[in-house]
Amino acid sequence: MTDVKEQRVFLVDGARTPFLKAQGKPGPFTPVDLAVQAGRPLLARQTFDKAAFDLVILGCVNVIADEMNPARVAALRLGLPETTVAFSVQINCGSGMQSIDTAYRYIRSGSHQMILAGGAEALSHAPLTLRQSAVEWFGRLNNAKGPMAQAKMLTGIKPEFFKPVVGLERGLTDPITELSMGQTAEVLAHRFGIDRRTADAYAMESHHRLATAQEDGTLDNEVMPAFARDGTVYEHDDGVRPDSDMEGLAKPKPVFEPPYGKVTAGNSSQITDGASWCILASEQAVEEHGLTPIAEIKDSEWAGLDPAVMGLGPVLCSTPLAKRNGLGVEDVDLWELNEAFAAQVLACLAAWNDEGFCREVLGLDGAFGRIDRDRLNVDGGAISLGHPVGTSGNRIVLHLANAMKQRGAKRGIATECIGGGLGGAMLLEAV
Amino acid sequence: MTGPVLSYLEDGMIELGPVGEAEGNWRSGTDEDGILWLVLDKTGTGTNTISQGVIRELETHVAAAESDLPKALVIRSAKPKGFAAGADITSFDAMSDEGAADLLRQGHDVLDRIEALNCPTICVVHGAALGAGFELALACDYRIAVDGASFGFPEVQLGLHPGLGGTFRLPALIDPTEAMTLMLTGKTAHTKKAKSLGIADAVVRERHVAAAVRAAANGEIERQSQGLKAQALSFDQARGLVARKMRSETEKKAPKEHYPAPHALIDLWEEHGDDRKEMQRAEIESFAALLKTDTSENLRRVFFLQQKLKEAGRGEDGISHVHVIGAGAMGGEIAAMAAIKGKTVTLGDVETEPLGKAVKQAGNICEKKHLSRIETRDALDRLMPDPKGYGIARADLVIEAAPETVEIKRKIYDGLKDRMKKGAILATNTSSLSVDELAAHAPVKTRFAGLHFFNPVSQIDLVEVVGGTKTDKNTADRLAAFCGAIGKLPAKVADYPGFVVNRALTPYLMEAMVLMDEGVPKEVIDSAALRFGMPMGPVTLADQVGLDICLHVAESLRETLDKPMAEISSDLRHKVDAGKLGKKSGQGFYDWSDGTPHPQTDRDLPEDITDRLILPMLDACVEVLRKDVAQDEDQVDAAMIFATGWAPFRGGPMHYAHARGVDEIPRRLKELQGKYGDRFAPDDGWGALG
Repeated sequence: MTDVKEQRVFLVDGARTPFLKAQGKPGPFTPVDLAVQAGRPLLARQTFDKAAFDLVILGCVNVIADEMNPARVAALRLGLPETTVAFSVQINCGSGMQSIDTAYRYIRSGSHQMILAGGAEALSHAPLTLRQSAVEWFGRLNNAKGPMAQAKMLTGIKPEFFKPVVGLERGLTDPITELSMGQTAEVLAHRFGIDRRTADAYAMESHHRLATAQEDGTLDNEVMPAFARDGTVYEHDDGVRPDSDMEGLAKPKPVFEPPYGKVTAGNSSQITDGASWCILASEQAVEEHGLTPIAEIKDSEWAGLDPAVMGLGPVLCSTPLAKRNGLGVEDVDLWELNEAFAAQVLACLAAWNDEGFCREVLGLDGAFGRIDRDRLNVDGGAISLGHPVGTSGNRIVLHLANAMKQRGAKRGIATECIGGGLGGAMLLEAV
Repeated sequence: MTGPVLSYLEDGMIELGPVGEAEGNWRSGTDEDGILWLVLDKTGTGTNTISQGVIRELETHVAAAESDLPKALVIRSAKPKGFAAGADITSFDAMSDEGAADLLRQGHDVLDRIEALNCPTICVVHGAALGAGFELALACDYRIAVDGASFGFPEVQLGLHPGLGGTFRLPALIDPTEAMTLMLTGKTAHTKKAKSLGIADAVVRERHVAAAVRAAANGEIERQSQGLKAQALSFDQARGLVARKMRSETEKKAPKEHYPAPHALIDLWEEHGDDRKEMQRAEIESFAALLKTDTSENLRRVFFLQQKLKEAGRGEDGISHVHVIGAGAMGGEIAAMAAIKGKTVTLGDVETEPLGKAVKQAGNICEKKHLSRIETRDALDRLMPDPKGYGIARADLVIEAAPETVEIKRKIYDGLKDRMKKGAILATNTSSLSVDELAAHAPVKTRFAGLHFFNPVSQIDLVEVVGGTKTDKNTADRLAAFCGAIGKLPAKVADYPGFVVNRALTPYLMEAMVLMDEGVPKEVIDSAALRFGMPMGPVTLADQVGLDICLHVAESLRETLDKPMAEISSDLRHKVDAGKLGKKSGQGFYDWSDGTPHPQTDRDLPEDITDRLILPMLDACVEVLRKDVAQDEDQVDAAMIFATGWAPFRGGPMHYAHARGVDEIPRRLKELQGKYGDRFAPDDGWGALG
């Protein structure tokens, strides 16, 4: 290896599909279909050739059987040359950010110049699977020799064999603690004293912010309409409820821990399908192709914590990121903190404002400080627009860059909690 | 998509056994198992046809095999494109003069001897085996289809039926009614269908051809056998019953008066279906007789006209990305066809809803064209709806298919300035505006031209490439090549009101409306045209094209031509005002709510009606020739046939004019002028045709 000087890395452009709420049946697009829908217009508006990419990385959690290594399938379907290498990454809810971070580190190291990094997820396509007990029974039936042996096997049939396991439900349950993601939010709500009303108010604001952003054209360059084969056009994130109010949000019962829980379908992120791509380029590539970056990627950080409180992931990774870059709470102009659950976002804010927590857990001298709501998730978040798990991390980095540019902000952090007890964060700076 | 690795590896991947270099049209060799391979590799062409030379040389190879019997005989093609396209049609004229029957008998003799060879005979088919190629395959014991192979008898499209034994070998191999259907319709059976019908005994990948041949030679491949139905149809009575039904079905689509061949084929089968020897004798006689019919001569002419247009569409278009502006029915289908044929396509529109519809329609076209699941996926991936117009900057060709007003088009062209790629072409799909007038607003006049598609684009093959006075040759050539690349037939014409096709068609549609105003029922008018041999009557056609478009074209022709045209029918205006636009709105002159109307009537036709409809079309054709709008008479005939379905068995309007007499027609026009008005005044160009 020759000694390569570290390169500066820029986020040049990006686009995503509208996030489409799962309607209780497989939606019109598979993960790769979504990646193609978002990628086509993004690539079409570039001035450089598709062959300029030296790598494609795609985050995807629920890969479907027809699309193994969805990054490669998407790259070829987008018309990239067969010589372009493509791989997929999976770190659960952080997958779409993992793709950007991997691209960032590759380019920074000097080995790559331009990378297409995305996330794609079609939660409506999450598979139904057979119970392990049923799988074993089918195996024994196949091995049974002769009609008598088979007939005997049939007597061992149990009704539960035919109750399929909902893959999505299992996927949203932490395997170590067997707590569902919603339950981990309940743990945080309890520990940080977040009441139902505060969580609902946060959720309502998320809907209102997204509705405004959709209305005033803020998202025009970011969200590309998706066209289904049946002719339906999906132009906007369709989970938004512009008229969301406290009365409506008060209605749903707690889903995860009834009857006393605080976390409801109304103040949680929505189950949706969607894809997002970002184009990352080195300083050299920016010059060579005459590109105008939206933002520079300055740094990134990942952290791990107890799966039962995975919702605090953003605090655990963003704090060292800020500290390493000498940033206090006031120095970060904009935050995108993925809204897995209203209670979880509010718990993160509370933790940063909790002197004891910051000193004992984060090793700070005192509280990190209060993050102003005006700087946080300024155009809505996963509660209003949905959380296609492998995509969200990509979306928040892209949207942070766009929002920084629109507001003339100098610095921003995009961060997310990750099921299984992880957190990821990226630091962006204006160019 | 094929990259360099696969391209390298797939080079020369056709299994040719042990054969050596070509001696004449065939290559031959015997492998270590004693299997004789005969590979057809016709000299000087990329496509095999079964010419007299090919048959003569085959006879020599067969004779050698008879005297020194191989373990098995394999016949296949060395051409990557396919097995064989059929007989050599260029020789048909000579053949029909020189006693076709004798030549046919020689061919029959060779195929009979292959059939009689006392060893397994195996035909390996990749790509298409058509006509005489299919007949050669039928003479073998086994047909091994390489995935993608297809079989068909397109002879009816040339006014003929199979003539090298197809009429008795195919009904002997598969269900006779299926065999007759294939021969009567000229439709092709693709691999899967061919296997299920029993034409192919096995389907394999190219890489397993040698192994499959060995298996067939060893009798390890089961041959297809006929079912009970074939036995039933060996009885005269049963055949008579089925033949009657076939006749009435055929009459609907191809009346005996205009298209004798399919009817001759039904006769053959009904009379001789139980006696192979008689059938063989009768097939030869019938084929030789059909060769001499006007219908066959004219349909062969149409085939060559088509080849000429295809020739005009060859060459490099230098276009990999097309941007289409306007996602209406036309723009949407242009985009779909380009995407299906491998172009990267962006389709722009100010509204997203028509873009969605265009995607749906593209999917429907893929289905109709029998694209596979992955072919459809790739075509739809290549077709990107582009509401923001990102494609404009990347496109090598921008096709504007926007509403027909200069103002709208001018605005669009203004928006393209400084955005289009260097060297890119802008083409307009206008049907009624002047290309030269629009060129004034184009970003670069030399790289601007008309590209006039016909509705529905996915079904009508002709495209008029309209050169304006400033259009440079390279642009016109690239556009013609683009048409070829997306499976269309280009006709390079000059800018003129209505160009060629609409100029000729408009008087026909207008006259139909005059006749309606005179009180002639629309069904009678349409019947007159149908009886002449048009695929659709003028009233139905007007509905199909769209009455708004008809009105638009008629108005613009009336304004711009110095010739008198019929008054525009007030009924037409009223219909357009009322939104009754024809097929697209469900109601025009006809009610389309239950699908296409079938206005056949047996009623007597009023005096002069057919000439009143047809002759003004011929007159307009003479006019566009005189004015150098079209290149030559062949081009006019081809354009009218491939854009409007103009009675193909008559060989095209100009060919018909000559057949009827180029002095007789202006005389008759003058007569009509005296009776009905100056719109029938003959063009000055008639004299020059003599």
